[in-house]
Formats: sequence, C-alpha cells, structure tokens
Amino acid sequence: MLNTTMQSRAEARALANRVAIARAELLPAGQGRCFSIGGRKIAVFRTRAGRIHALDAACPHRGGPLADGIVGAGVVVCPLHAYRFRLEDGSGVDTECTVRSYPVEVVAGLVIVELPAD
Amino acid sequence: MRERLVVVGGGMAGGRAVEEIVARAPSRFEITMFGAEPYIVYNRILLSDVLAGTKSPEGVFLYSHEWFEGRKISIATGVRVERIGPGRKTLMLADGREHSYDKLVIATGSLPLVPDIENVNTPGVFVFRTIEDCRLIGAYARRCRRAVVIGGGLLGLEAARGLLNHGLEVTVVEVMPYPMAQQLDAESGAMLARRMEAMGLKFMFEKASRRVVGAGAVIGLEFKDGTAIDTDMIVVSCGIRPNVRLAVDAGLRVERGIVCDDRMKTSDPDIYAVGECVEHRGRLYGLVAPLYEQARVLADQITGVNPDSLYPGSKISTRLKVMSVDLVSIGDGRGLDPGNRTITRYVEPDRGVYKKIVAKEGRLEGAILLGETDCASALIAAFESGATLPERHADLLFGAASADPRTALEAMPADANICVCHQVSKSRLVELLAAGCSLDELGAKTRAGTGCGGCRPQLETMAAIFGRNQASTDDRYVKSIPLSKPELIAEVRRRGLRSVSAVLDALGGGDDPAVKPALASLLRMVWGRDYEDERDARFINDRIHANIQNDGTFSVVPRIYGGVTSPAELRRIAEVAEKYGARMVKITGGQRIDLLGIAKHDLPSVWRELGMPSGHAYTKAFRTCKTCVGTDFCRYGVGDSIALGVAIERRFQGIESPHKMKLAVSGCSRNCAEATVKDIGAVAVDGGWQIHVGGAAGSRVRAADLLATVASAEEAIRLIGRFIQYYRMNARYMERTPAFVERVGIERLRAILVDDAEGQAQTLDLEIEAEAAAYRDPWAEGASPIEASQFADEIRINAE
Repeated sequence: MLNTTMQSRAEARALANRVAIARAELLPAGQGRCFSIGGRKIAVFRTRAGRIHALDAACPHRGGPLADGIVGAGVVVCPLHAYRFRLEDGSGVDTECTVRSYPVEVVAGLVIVELPAD
Repeated sequence: MRERLVVVGGGMAGGRAVEEIVARAPSRFEITMFGAEPYIVYNRILLSDVLAGTKSPEGVFLYSHEWFEGRKISIATGVRVERIGPGRKTLMLADGREHSYDKLVIATGSLPLVPDIENVNTPGVFVFRTIEDCRLIGAYARRCRRAVVIGGGLLGLEAARGLLNHGLEVTVVEVMPYPMAQQLDAESGAMLARRMEAMGLKFMFEKASRRVVGAGAVIGLEFKDGTAIDTDMIVVSCGIRPNVRLAVDAGLRVERGIVCDDRMKTSDPDIYAVGECVEHRGRLYGLVAPLYEQARVLADQITGVNPDSLYPGSKISTRLKVMSVDLVSIGDGRGLDPGNRTITRYVEPDRGVYKKIVAKEGRLEGAILLGETDCASALIAAFESGATLPERHADLLFGAASADPRTALEAMPADANICVCHQVSKSRLVELLAAGCSLDELGAKTRAGTGCGGCRPQLETMAAIFGRNQASTDDRYVKSIPLSKPELIAEVRRRGLRSVSAVLDALGGGDDPAVKPALASLLRMVWGRDYEDERDARFINDRIHANIQNDGTFSVVPRIYGGVTSPAELRRIAEVAEKYGARMVKITGGQRIDLLGIAKHDLPSVWRELGMPSGHAYTKAFRTCKTCVGTDFCRYGVGDSIALGVAIERRFQGIESPHKMKLAVSGCSRNCAEATVKDIGAVAVDGGWQIHVGGAAGSRVRAADLLATVASAEEAIRLIGRFIQYYRMNARYMERTPAFVERVGIERLRAILVDDAEGQAQTLDLEIEAEAAAYRDPWAEGASPIEASQFADEIRINAE
C-alpha cells in the first residue's frame, strides 16, 4: 500500500473534485496501478517518458484490468484479450469502444486526477 | 461539453483533416462538416475516369455514410455556408440558419478559373470540377459531334480524354506552344502532343480565346488572332483559383489564398484552413500530397496532440498518367532559366522517351520523365532529401534502374516514399509485406496506392520482392528491428545491452508493447542473472508470478517435482485453499494442483503459507515434468521414471525459454506419462532412455521425433539440457518445440546435439549448467516485493 493517504485527503479537500492519489515516483516506470477513489476505479499509468495518464480501470470488452496491461507507444494492451486503448484519450485502437479518460497533472510531485463533478 | 469543431468544405482536404483529427482524438470534438456539393467527400483526381465512363460516381467516394456515423460526425451536404462571423463564432447558412463553432476549419478548396471570354455563359460551355460537372458534360456530349477543350494543362488533357471516350472529335486549345507548360519544356511538350495526336486528339497551340459563337447554343469559338473553330460544345479547363470569398468577408488575412502559418492557422486563432484555398509561405498547392501533409499538421495542432508539428511547405513531385502516357514531374524540371544550372537530358524520339534532370549546386531542382519513368523513385527520393547528387548524372537517368525494376527498388533508400500521396515509405511497406500483408491490406492499412494510383506497379513489384516468402525479413526476431535472432544476440552482447529499454534505445524499434516481452525473453536468456529486469516490459503474469484469469484474479500452481507430493504438502494446500477462498482446486494435465481465483494482494501470503516454490504455470519457461510410477511400484517398469523426472525438474525448473516447455518421463514403452507428445520426453527402454523432442498434444497433435537413445539418466539429463539451451538460443519468440524441430530438422538437431558436428555441445552444456545454477524462486518476491504496490489489486484513496 502507498503511504500517501493522509496527504491525499488534505489535497482532495482543498481541490474539490481534484484528487491527489500518489507521489509520481511510486508509480513504477512504464506501468499502471489501479486506484479506487470514492468507489470509482481508475487505472493510472506512468510511461517511461514520464507522462501520466488515467483511464477507467475496466476494459469495456470483458472487464479486464487495464492497470495490469503492457504500456508502450501511447497505448495500453488489456491483459485478457489484447485490446488496445490510447492512453491519451481512452479511444480503442482495435475496437470502436472507448474507455473514459480523466485529466491528470503532477503538482509538486503529486499525481492529481480530476474527477467529474457528479 | 465537447468543443464544437466545424469544417466548411466537403472536399478531399476537409475530409482528410477530419479523418486525421478523429484518428488522434476520437471524442474530443463534436464535429460538423458542411459541403456545398450534394455528395460526401470524393476523390476529385478520379473525376476524369468518371467523365471517361471507366468509373461510376459512387466508385470515387472516399468515405461511406457509415464511416461518418460510426465516428459521430455530422455531415451536411448541399448546404452552402453564406458567411463566417468570427466575432460571435457563428456561421450563417444559405437557408438562414445559424451554426456556432468553437474551432473552425476552412477547406473551401478552389474554383475553376474562367478566362475573360465573351459569351462564356452560352449553353454548351462547361467547367470541369465536380461530379455534377461530369454529369452535365456527359449528358450534353450525347448530342454533340465535336468538342473543344480550352486549356492544355493536366486537367484539360484529362477532360479531353473523357470526351474522346464519348466518341467526340476533340480539339485542345492552348495559349502556350505545347501542352502541360507548367510541367514540361518545349521539346517534351511537343513529344507528348505527338503521342496524343496519334491517339486521335487534335491540338491548336498559341491560341487565345476571344468569343464563344452561337446564340442559343455553342456553335464555335473565335480566337484573338481572328481565326475560329467550329464546335458543338466547350469545356473550360484553364486552372483553378483558391475559393477565398468566405475568408475575405470574415476579415481574415487573404493574399492569393487564405494566409496560413506553419500551424495551418489563419489570422484568427480559432480558424484553421487546409487545402487548395490556403496560401502558405507565399505558395498555393493544387495537388493531393501537399494538402494531406497540411491535414496532418492541422490535426496535430487542433487536437493539441503534437504542438511541435509544423508544416514547412511541400516539395512537389507528381506521377501522372496522361492518356496512358506515363509522366513524372519533379519540382521544376523545365530549366527555363539555365543560369548556373546543370541540365542533363536523354531523348529517344521513336519510343517517345524523354528524361531531363535539372541540378543546381549539385542538388536536384527538378526533373521530367516522359514515356519511361522507372528511375522516378530514386529521383524523387533525392529531391525530397535534398541529397547531393552523384557526379555522373547518367546513373540517375539509367543506372541500375532501366534494366530491372527490382534492382531499382532495392537500390532505393528505406525512407524514400513509394506512395507520394499518402507519404508511405519503402521501409513501412517492406515491413507490412514481410508480415504477410496483401496489396489490398497494404492499401487498407497505409492507404498506399489509393490516392492517384501512380505507385501501383511499384507496389506490385514490391510485393513480388518483399512479400511473405522472403527469408531476409521473415527471420527477424521482432518485426521492428531488422536482425535475426542470432544477429540480435550478437549485437546485444557486443554492445552490452542488458535491459529492454537499452535495446530499444540503441537499436530502434520504438516503444511497441508487442515487442517488449519478446526482447525481455531474449535478454533474460542472453544475460541470465545479469539481465536488467524491467517489469514493464513483461506481461502481468511475469510481473507477479501467477496466471491472470478471466475475472482479473490469479491461479496459483506450486511446484510438485515429478508430480510426487506428500500428505503434509496436501494438508497445507488444502488449508491455504480454504483460507484464501480459492474458487476451485483442480488437478492439472501436468500432474499439479491449481488453486484458482486468488486475489492479487493475497499472492504473497498464499505463497508463504504454502511453503512451496513457484510451479511457473504462468510463463514461457520449463513448466512441468510429468511421470508414471516406473520401477518403484509398477510391475512393468523398465526404468526409474520418477527419479529421472524429479531430477530433470529440479535441474531445469523455471528456466525461461521462447515458449513454455512441458516434459514427461515414462518408465516403459507403454508410455503412461505420454512422453511422446511432450516438448521433451524420455521413455525407458532396455538399457537406457529414448529422448524425444518436438511433440505436442494441444491444438495440434504431433508425435515427437526421437533425438537419440542414451544409456543412463545422467546422459539423458545432459542431452535434454543441451536441447533446451539450443532451443533457447535459436527458436523464435513464441515458437514451441514442434515448429522449431520441424524448422531446423531432426537430422540437423541430431548432428549438432548428439554428434557435436558443429563443436557447440560443450558450450551449450556449460551455458545451461550456469543457467540452472542461477535459478531463484520468483515467489521469494512475495516476502520482498521488488517495486511499489507490486501485489496491490487497487490502492484506495479516500476522497470524501
């Protein structure tokens, strides 16, 4: 488990629906991790180039865990049936399906995901 | 709410811009496209085929209605935009409606240029620009015998060809002394005219039109020199002018065209423009390739995907087929001002061949190739790259080229574009062909050959040369690095590349997620313990040492050497299964026990409490060695299959390989362990063990080949190790032993591994021994994870 929940809570209150989830370096380079934020599951990826992206955690095909997928060339490959989705906007490469993407930024080393207002 | 993006203009530039935008950001914009024509985007280049009747109007559409619907793009055809109001960001439509936008793309293209001729509105005078024009011309031509085409440029000649096909007597009228004066010089122009006259076309040169004759309908055309010609219809094809009215009214900066910067932005920050209506760095473009380049930059910019993408302007080269005469025009090949230019020409009048190169300061400024265009690709490549030309220009005109299209293709640099319209390089095409693509699939994937079609013959030659059966590219270990496995291993060793990212950095190959696991596998085999493990290069199974199931949970298979367990082990397994809620406990085909439905975060505790090493049932490695009870208990037993099976498994457990390896040992020829359908199998016979390799009983059933019969268990283990190591170093990624054995051949394997014909045996033995000695149980990571949250299903964040 990451040791950032305390910080996250404070940040989250200050930023309304912007939620600080982890220090960027706690996301291993080129991998994703699944975060559960108020019941919403979001896969957050850190590419080898250092860019952070956030998508809905479940593959629209059969619910595969996208956070466990291999990342590269701007896509994540679902570990179950190899459907590919673009990290940038969640659009499918081999499918018309799209997974929801969330705006992310890194502020003072903290990864902040912007959740919809609802 | 999504931003509203409106595209004004339903031509090729607008269509392509939309396609490039949705390819980058499918759901970023709510897109609406307005086209004044009643048709959706079509390939205007092919209109002459429609006029000639060799293509139907439907045959030239570039996108279907379904294509637009599937991408939720609204199409308004036959809707004219009357005015743009950049202040309020609205469009006024011809029917009085208003439409708002956040971002606007102007792609209004061009209008036919109609010279100042008296009575040009007389019935029977046409322009040639749209599908509707084709229909009108075709309909009117039915009652005509003679036609005049004003304008001897490319479009005029195309129109003339169409009219000839309608059975008319066609005369082309041109103010210059020869046709296609934009591309050709006087001599090549005269040659082209002769070729066309031989096909039935008539020309009148140096004629400026003054007046259309005829009251209710065309009966003739008068020229400024006082002469005249009788005709029943006239098609005006004197070029195009950018359609800039909307931009002018909107107050945008317009010179000859709508002025755009390198980002394809107009003088209004929310309005972009693309295509023939654009003026960029003082230049206008009227060919498809430049406007496609513009569309790419526009999409990069408007979506924000690549803010560094800039349009530097285009270098123009075209391949044309004018009435079945091949013509390539590169840059400006006319050489009208010889100045300090070097002009090299080759003319063969009888065959209608004309080749001319214009060079300035050693670089290609332009070229004309008429009648024989085999050396075009090399010249286009030299032109686009701006490379210094060889001193002997004859090599460029003929060189290897003329003799054999293959030699020419092979001589081309890898990054030279074959399809100029869609900017598809030779290397990209070679890669796809090697992967087994057909010509149609090439077109679907890269669009090569689907623009002007001029590169089709070259594509066919390429398919013949570089298609599937070519060993040179088929041998690649990963498709993006042009090295076979032995070459790649040598390179990796020579440069000391120990991680996947180091290989990708040093040898190219991009960041393709498909190639990373293959490289990780190879590096693991080359470097053993010194391999620099980057977990992101590996499939999830290899990151957490368990097998992912269809619900995102994992299966756990502890190692049970030779399939022989004990009551104490079984008790522990049972307890763990209950405690961690295994959804199923299953005896596997390899004589193991599988605990299914374990949550990721429970894996470390499950492993600890099992107190057994990993069974590697999740990876490409030595998996299992299945046994029968053999001489210990069986009354038929000939050899001690359990002892050998356990020894094999202890020695080779977990050794990674190009694909999984399943083994078996049978204690007699009854073969209860089914050793002859395993990757490697040993069967006891009188006086020793038969070693079989390359068997399978999966989706394909294959009896293994007998590699050798050996006298002792020690020899059996040595030979099996040798085979495993040879397989590891020589098999392709994901190539299981049956395919590998068939590819190499059992005789060859026998020669290398049994008879040591190539002197490799000792090396193989030492390598596999070192590998076996370096074995570590990956489940040890349960106690000390190697990276943050390695075994976390999810990380909870309290966001109340």
